[in-house]
Amino acid sequence: MATTHSRIAARFMLAPAVVLLLGWMLVPLIMTLWFSFRKYLPLRGGDLGWVGFDNYVRFVSSSAFWPSVQTTLVIVGGVLIITVVLGILLALLLDQPMWGQGIVRILVIAPFFVMPTVSALVWKNIFMDPVNGLFAHLWKFFGATPIEWLSQASIQSIILIVSWQWLPFATLILLTAVQSLDGEQIEASEMDGAKPLQRFFYIILPHLARAITIVVLIQTIFLLSIFAEIFVTTGGAFGTKTLSYLIFQRVLESQNVGLGSAGGIYAIILANIVAIFLMRIVGKNLDA
Amino acid sequence: MARDVTNNRKIINTAAAWAIGLLIFFPILWTILTSFKTEAQAINDPPLFLFFDWTLENYAVVQERSNYGRFLWNSIMIAGGSTVLGIIIAIPAAWSMAFVPSKRTKDILLWMLSTKMLPAVGVLYPIYLIFIQFGLLDSVLGLTVVLMLINLPIIVWMLYTYFREIPGEILEAARMDGASLSSEILYVLTPMAIPGIASTLLLNFILAWNEAFWTLNLTAAKAAPLTAFIASYSSPEGLFYAKLSAASTMAILPILILGWFSQKQLVRGLTFGAVK
Repeated sequence: MATTHSRIAARFMLAPAVVLLLGWMLVPLIMTLWFSFRKYLPLRGGDLGWVGFDNYVRFVSSSAFWPSVQTTLVIVGGVLIITVVLGILLALLLDQPMWGQGIVRILVIAPFFVMPTVSALVWKNIFMDPVNGLFAHLWKFFGATPIEWLSQASIQSIILIVSWQWLPFATLILLTAVQSLDGEQIEASEMDGAKPLQRFFYIILPHLARAITIVVLIQTIFLLSIFAEIFVTTGGAFGTKTLSYLIFQRVLESQNVGLGSAGGIYAIILANIVAIFLMRIVGKNLDA
Repeated sequence: MARDVTNNRKIINTAAAWAIGLLIFFPILWTILTSFKTEAQAINDPPLFLFFDWTLENYAVVQERSNYGRFLWNSIMIAGGSTVLGIIIAIPAAWSMAFVPSKRTKDILLWMLSTKMLPAVGVLYPIYLIFIQFGLLDSVLGLTVVLMLINLPIIVWMLYTYFREIPGEILEAARMDGASLSSEILYVLTPMAIPGIASTLLLNFILAWNEAFWTLNLTAAKAAPLTAFIASYSSPEGLFYAKLSAASTMAILPILILGWFSQKQLVRGLTFGAVK
């Protein structure tokens, strides 16, 4: 029962947020789009004119492009599989009756609150350092040669670090979903003689489907642009250069803004493809 | 008999959950422990768990050498400023969409969310250029504005989902009694929404505190917050594990404590109300 008066007022109150976000979205986007069609080298001559789709072609045909796509896919895929599978198992475990549930929850969630630069540096030095790291001590204790984690197993190491950061997120959301499971349904299936595995695949997993989808989509969007974890560990060396890290290097390190911007547009398109699916689910939820 | 079985299961559950919980928490625990060791003890083989000479020296050294306090202050200013600014802009917007919805409300909400999906690296250079143009590079103000814009969609969304749970009749009653729009929001809605606003504040403060793309790329010496301060340890000289641990502990402890309070809101805030 809104009056015309309050309706007009409502538009005014919405305006600042909309205008700000519109500016935040459009201004840089248009600039990136503009740069992507120009040969623009700030330190070597500046703006050298219109080059059409040249940057787009060169970005894709550079020798670093496909490896970076592969790295991105491996890291995002690896982290997703680890966090979702472990997250489901952990959520089911945490849902069981136990002593000290609240404290365990706190322990499990903690990594999510650690700032990315801290977790990357702590893992890199205190755990993965081939001489003084805790893993090196552990390997030596068992008589094995310590692994140079961030050069010999660089991708796996990054996946480990990022999974550690995101497992809490997946667990927390899946736990929330598990807790909304209908207890009577489970009991009924138990009475009907369903085995635990059957129960898991036919009742629990379908119930979790929506939450899993949301976890996958949200994490994908964040994982596509992980930055600090690579910046402070390998700096993009040893095959850990993701697509977004490649763009970062093109733009800021080699100061080839045109080329980097074309890469940026690719990244934006990629993120939007994922985002569309996420929006659908969130949008459906708004109607309910 | 049945009681025994459930009790046994409870013991197994407890043991398994605690073991996994401690394993996940271990890197943080180890960092905190290492921060109280001397540099030599920090790399001792076999590793020292609890029986070492506890010292506070590292904390003193970190503070002295790198002026930790200034980075902390920058973090507080940037995270706090961006969150408060975001809330001030978001409250009217969320009010408007929750209580005076129009046909386009849903589209606007989803569009706001979509701005959050824009990969930062895609717009890095334009923002960089704008910052140079306006003299905002390495300034607390510039970073505050950027982080506010990054988190604004989440803030609007969280407030919107909280506001929607407040019955509109109460606001109507206030209106009938002649309350103006501003007093309606200030004296009727805001007090009722305090818990929701508080958790929005908390979660977004944490997100801004930990943000590590813009804070690393848009600051140098002056406005660098803790994320950048820690990153400066990535090319260290000499033994530094204990000092790195002390610096890390100081950077994460306040947020860990705040985070534990906000864990319930975390789900809601980060899934945009899709999982409650």
